Amino acid sequence: MEQAKLMVFPQQDSLLFQLSGSWMLQTGVPGADESLRQLRSGTAIRRVAFDASEMRGWDSGLLTWLLALADYCNTHAIDIDSSGLPDGVVRLLALACAVPPREGAQRSVRKKSLISDIGNDTLDAARITGEFMRFFGESVLSLLNLLRGRAVYRRSDLWLIIQDAGVRALPIVSLVSFLVGLILAFVGAIQLQNFGAGIYVADLVGIAMTREMAAIMTGIIMAGRTGAAYAAELGSMSVNEEIDALQTCGFSAMEFLVLPRMLALMLMMPLLAVYADLMGILGGAVVAVAILDLTWLEYFIQVTKAVSLADFSVGIFMSMVFGIIVAVIGCLNGIKCGRNSQAVGMATTSAVVSAIVMIVIASAVLTVIFDVLGI
Amino acid sequence: MMTAATAHITVRNLTMAYGDFLIQRDLNFTIDRGDIFIIMGGSGCGKSTLMRHLVGLKAPRTGQVLYGGQSYWESDAAQQRRLKRCFGVMYQSGALWSAMTLTENIALPLEQYTDLTAQQIRRVASLKLALVGLRGFEDFYPAEISGGMQKRAGIARAMALDPEILFFDEPSAGLDPVSAKNLDDLILELRESLGTTMVIVTHELASIFAIGNNSVFLDPETKTMITTGNPHTLLKECANPKVRAFLTRGAA
Ligand SMILES: Nc1ncnc2c1ncn2[C@@H]1O[C@H](COP(=O)(O)OP(=O)(O)O)[C@@H](O)[C@H]1O
Ligand SMILES: [Mg+2]
Repeated sequence: MEQAKLMVFPQQDSLLFQLSGSWMLQTGVPGADESLRQLRSGTAIRRVAFDASEMRGWDSGLLTWLLALADYCNTHAIDIDSSGLPDGVVRLLALACAVPPREGAQRSVRKKSLISDIGNDTLDAARITGEFMRFFGESVLSLLNLLRGRAVYRRSDLWLIIQDAGVRALPIVSLVSFLVGLILAFVGAIQLQNFGAGIYVADLVGIAMTREMAAIMTGIIMAGRTGAAYAAELGSMSVNEEIDALQTCGFSAMEFLVLPRMLALMLMMPLLAVYADLMGILGGAVVAVAILDLTWLEYFIQVTKAVSLADFSVGIFMSMVFGIIVAVIGCLNGIKCGRNSQAVGMATTSAVVSAIVMIVIASAVLTVIFDVLGI
Repeated sequence: MMTAATAHITVRNLTMAYGDFLIQRDLNFTIDRGDIFIIMGGSGCGKSTLMRHLVGLKAPRTGQVLYGGQSYWESDAAQQRRLKRCFGVMYQSGALWSAMTLTENIALPLEQYTDLTAQQIRRVASLKLALVGLRGFEDFYPAEISGGMQKRAGIARAMALDPEILFFDEPSAGLDPVSAKNLDDLILELRESLGTTMVIVTHELASIFAIGNNSVFLDPETKTMITTGNPHTLLKECANPKVRAFLTRGAA
């Protein structure tokens, strides 16, 4: 196909554009900037005209060029003589100009400076902390509502959520906590063997798992597995205005969506942690039997002597706290999600990252508190 | 630009189903080059499903969809891709990419398939938005404009590459009467000047009679088509009570 060609013939107070070749997007069309410059440089141009008798074909390529020209002419009081253009072009151009540009709709892109970035980030951080506090407060209130039997949510949802956060999480929790127990025992065994104190591997694994590791590991697993799912689910619900629809039906998003998830994790996390305790201790036992030549019985008796009820309860308490953290952060990120697909991805990422950070911080704070209390 | 009618899309013995759930069977009709073809029928009778078959998103249970004699589902991947390049599709719910501005939505196919510069692509996007009455909303995100505007932006995106065939799924649902009229004018004008073939799912009687010159009527009860042809002729000659009720708003 012939390339699009453009010739310009200046006359006294007008410009004549002669178009030839095929003006199609596929084959490329002359840029409008060049023509606009010619319009601008010619002094006192009052009229533009066209000669398209040599033009072989056209599509949006031609219209694009014309629209840019027409815009310039309209703002500079230049007449457009469109008699030389094909009829279809004139009619489509008229359609394109039928609805005037919405005033004030145009966006201006503001330049950003480092200082304003830092300032905005700081304000954001303060706002997000405030939001989290408010959200957490509201979720506690909805929990109280539940205790008074006034919360509105679907029982069947609750069971599905519990099943997903409980039984379905067992395989990965088994694997990870078994291996953590095994690794702890392995590292400990090598050191303790030097002193002939191999049996204390049981104390090491038992106390570490029940007090801290089981809770932290299940917390991190659930943040990646379930917290992310909550953020993605609620996030796409808010993209589709489903959360708005719930609210206009008189349901509180907090009670209907957040409460069941929080309840599920508050109930299931301690159970998962107990299970992780057992799997970790079992992992330690494998090392004790294989490397240290202890018997299974010796190992388990030593574990029961080492682990106190206090250790065990500390772990359970922590896992419940972690469960609340994962559920609240997951749901918060989902509900506050923006209105597009990218925002869902960001909400999910942010849910996992902030849940893990909060879990680590919370476990450090709780450990210090328990230490001070002497538990 | 219009020459003597040549078949552009031919549907032969098409049966559509989701799993075991039969939607429509034994569809036979022809869409000529430059036709404005209306798919009519009650809600849920399978109009959107038929469109998904026509644009190659869903394979027929049995039967064929031919484009100028070439069967879509019996072509190899390269030919299918070439055929698909000639389609522009507007989905019932807009289906704009929510993480992109309107300009970026329209620019994506242009960047992929043409050699235009970024500046030119931006201008083409502005033109397409202007044609659907959305000048000045270039840098808005889909979530920031109204439902009817999203519809029109979807139409602008479908037109991005000046495709040979445009498929619109209920383009005028949710539009104000003036925008709907402008849209009808645009459809007629595109057919007139670029020779575009249009396949349109719509319930708007005014629009059906104003722009349509060919149509098919799907019936949800018997799960097959009742008739095909020019809507004006159908109104005058078709004796089927369902078609008459549809075309006269139940008056006859
Ligand atoms: N993905 C799907 N799976 C199963 N059934 C579907 C699916 N999409 C639509 N249907 C069914 O197909 C029928 C036709 O749907 P559709 O083509 O969307 O109707 P409409 O004519 O209103 O556009 C409906 O009864 C719907 O329930
Ligand atoms: Mg539909």
